[in-house]
Amino acid sequence: MLPNEIYDKLKTEFGDAVIEFDNKQPTDSFIVINTENLFDICHTLRDKNEFLFDYLMCLSGMDLGENVGVVYHLYSMTHKHKLVLKVTAPKTDPRVPSVEMIWRTADWHEREAYDLIGIQFEGHRNLIRILCPYDWEGHPLRKDYEAPEYYHDMKVSY
Amino acid sequence: MGLLDRLDDPYEGGGIILGKVEDLLNWGRSKSDWYLHFGLACCAIEFMAMNASHFDFMRFGTIPRTSPRQADFIMVTGTVTFKMADRIKILYEQMAEPKYVISVGSCSNCGGPYWEHGYHVLKGVDRIIPVDVYIPGCPPRPEAFEEGMMLLQKKISHQAIFNKRKRLESEV
Repeated sequence: MLPNEIYDKLKTEFGDAVIEFDNKQPTDSFIVINTENLFDICHTLRDKNEFLFDYLMCLSGMDLGENVGVVYHLYSMTHKHKLVLKVTAPKTDPRVPSVEMIWRTADWHEREAYDLIGIQFEGHRNLIRILCPYDWEGHPLRKDYEAPEYYHDMKVSY
Repeated sequence: MGLLDRLDDPYEGGGIILGKVEDLLNWGRSKSDWYLHFGLACCAIEFMAMNASHFDFMRFGTIPRTSPRQADFIMVTGTVTFKMADRIKILYEQMAEPKYVISVGSCSNCGGPYWEHGYHVLKGVDRIIPVDVYIPGCPPRPEAFEEGMMLLQKKISHQAIFNKRKRLESEV
């Protein structure tokens, strides 16, 4: 099934929760969805027989300036079709529902996005840092991040 | 006639070699260095080639150890992140004296490509532990590893064991 067909089906099922379909970019066409309905839509995409997205290929965090964003690359082993989902959340309150319960792959990916961008995944059962040390301060891949001067008495930059 | 040939014939050579005990000890120390391998990045991949049969690192008398307590020197191969720096320091402190450090590659020598924007990288492992031999390269070729190892052996074989303080004073 093509992304625009999936978009039409989701639109009839979820209505306003599915915000827009974009195929004008040079990359894969994607569907922007409402952040609050993310869990239900992902659950439908995984379990409904016509979609069967059983594989989360990648989950990435983005810093968009005012907002933070999360991108989900899905794949169906049965139907051999792909889909890209995007959600955004304001940087002041970067909360996004976790899909860790739906795809176990999302466990580490969400921890990474939390570690480096600072997105709070609600419903994640073990949302702790994965790359940086546990006592690291800040989220390094944010555009406004400034490296500390010292870490454990070791000078960071010279 | 070689040294060992003379030892074989007790009547001609008398089974006696004249020399300094220090030289003998240093000869033994420099020719059997066991190392704690700290593979952190792509330099460790190059080190695998060094360990394989073509370059054969073990002919220097080196044996890889997984415990710092059995190791004579520590080989830091790769990018030292701050997360790892704490652990390197702990492992270095667990090693028994005398202990040596070889720093391999640009990253562990000085931070390498992470010098400018590496918020997470220690700019040189010599900022936390003393380094004896630096091997430059990104990553170094196995020949460079060989030269570094020979430099370490040279350093060990010229070290003072007895009357260290007295000899150091005379040098000053």
